[in-house]
Amino acid sequence: MTIRSLLVANRGEIAVRIIKAAKALGIRTVQVHSAADADMLAVKLADAAVDIGSPAPKKSYLNIEAVVNAAKAAGVDAVHPGYGFLSENADFADAVEAAGLIFIGPKGDAIRLLGDKVAAREVAAKAGVPTVPGSAGRLATIEEARAVAAKTGFPIMIKAAAGGGGRGIRIAADLADLERHFPQASAEALASFGDGGLYLEKVITKARHVEVQILGDGQNFIHCFERECSLQRRRQKVWEEAPSFLLPADVRTRLCDSAVALAREVGYRGAGTVEYLYDEVTKEFYFIEVNTRIQVEHPVTEMITGIDLVEEMIRVAGGAPLSIRQEDVQAEGHAIECRINAEDPAKGFLPAPGTITRLVVPEGEGIRFDTMLYEGYTIPPFYDSLVGKLIVWGQTRDACLERLKGALEGLTIEGIRTTVPLHLALAEDDSVRRGAFDTRFLETWLETEFAAKAGATAEVA
Amino acid sequence: MSKIEIRSPLPGTFYRASSPDVPPFKADGASVASGDAIGLIEVMKTFQEVPAGVDGKNITFLVDNEEPVMAGQVIAEVEA
Repeated sequence: MTIRSLLVANRGEIAVRIIKAAKALGIRTVQVHSAADADMLAVKLADAAVDIGSPAPKKSYLNIEAVVNAAKAAGVDAVHPGYGFLSENADFADAVEAAGLIFIGPKGDAIRLLGDKVAAREVAAKAGVPTVPGSAGRLATIEEARAVAAKTGFPIMIKAAAGGGGRGIRIAADLADLERHFPQASAEALASFGDGGLYLEKVITKARHVEVQILGDGQNFIHCFERECSLQRRRQKVWEEAPSFLLPADVRTRLCDSAVALAREVGYRGAGTVEYLYDEVTKEFYFIEVNTRIQVEHPVTEMITGIDLVEEMIRVAGGAPLSIRQEDVQAEGHAIECRINAEDPAKGFLPAPGTITRLVVPEGEGIRFDTMLYEGYTIPPFYDSLVGKLIVWGQTRDACLERLKGALEGLTIEGIRTTVPLHLALAEDDSVRRGAFDTRFLETWLETEFAAKAGATAEVA
Repeated sequence: MSKIEIRSPLPGTFYRASSPDVPPFKADGASVASGDAIGLIEVMKTFQEVPAGVDGKNITFLVDNEEPVMAGQVIAEVEA
């Protein structure tokens, strides 16, 4: 059935993005919001809005009952979960379907399967996707762990099968470490997750984070090329690019094909991302995980392919087949996204909520700014610090970087501190220009190059 | 006897303990030293300690655990 109305079960910039896509498709929008978000831009743009609870996320945006009740009361056909919050919660997807509504994303079972780290690794291996060397599945005993480590070598990660998002991980430098950590890790996993299951993965020390955008309608599966997201701070992406410009053409083909094979293996429906670590020296890539939702950095893919991913996921959820075939997907030029956070990069990224007193957004060819900001808006302190994404496209990466510098200089956000100065420094950095970075680059760079720069600026001021 | 106010440095959600299953940083009526933490403010998914900033005794909290606070709002009072 074609979706005629949808509920946006999210907030911030992605809620605005979903409303824009829905409007382009002629779909009526209903926006949920917490008591702290009555003034947010998405509420103003939507056809209707529903207050679903107090500011604390668990009482509003994470409250499955409140969101499903709001959808039923509003009489919408579908629910779009955005990213974060309930977007990868299989129980939420099931609850939406049980209410007779369409969940804009994969089936609850697919979310559950790909959300289990050990199961996802097994699915990837079955689809012929290389996984990080390690155990085939859960390990029952220390003897099994020793045998795996003998094959992979050290250092090795001991991971909780029920963990994720960086939780439940220990690193063993050698065999003695493994013997000591293994029983502790199992006891800890049992206490934290109610499941003491462990598995092992070799530590890939110097790697890039590369990910492939996939689309599926349950029958047909395609990729929209890859993104490079190695610039991270505390496992959070800061700056993303498309394509991963240093990837050899044959590696790109194998990488993107492997993501499509994985999508086919699970009969994927909707937009998703298959994440990998890429070792530049050996030219090997390894599967890490699948994100079963639209991602923050999806615009860089849209900029190089011209595909509207959010519109496509809504159409597919309504039962339509994919509107594009693999051979229709062409990548042109280069795109970079800078995540603009309400944080002070000169003060250890201290969160900086507050009121926007002035906002000037750069305009021009190849420049896009996805945001929920407007002059007079007060950013509440209860949610994520992301306030906007500046996305710039250029015919080449160098042209893109040049245009990005101009766009960052033309972006004025007054009333709060933001990460704009960090992005300006990155855009001007020689290592960034050469692409000489991996997932550990940014944190070191912040302590050395950026600290020196920020200090020098402070003295001048 | 004068009362000294302790104000929140940031807007956010106030917590009296570092996690739900441990005792609060300061019990009602406790004495505090300037460097002591009296609570946490959760702001944009990060946690910042609230230092007492003063030496005092018999602390009284004016904000409940897990309540939203504004920057500059008085969280507690102590006797000098």
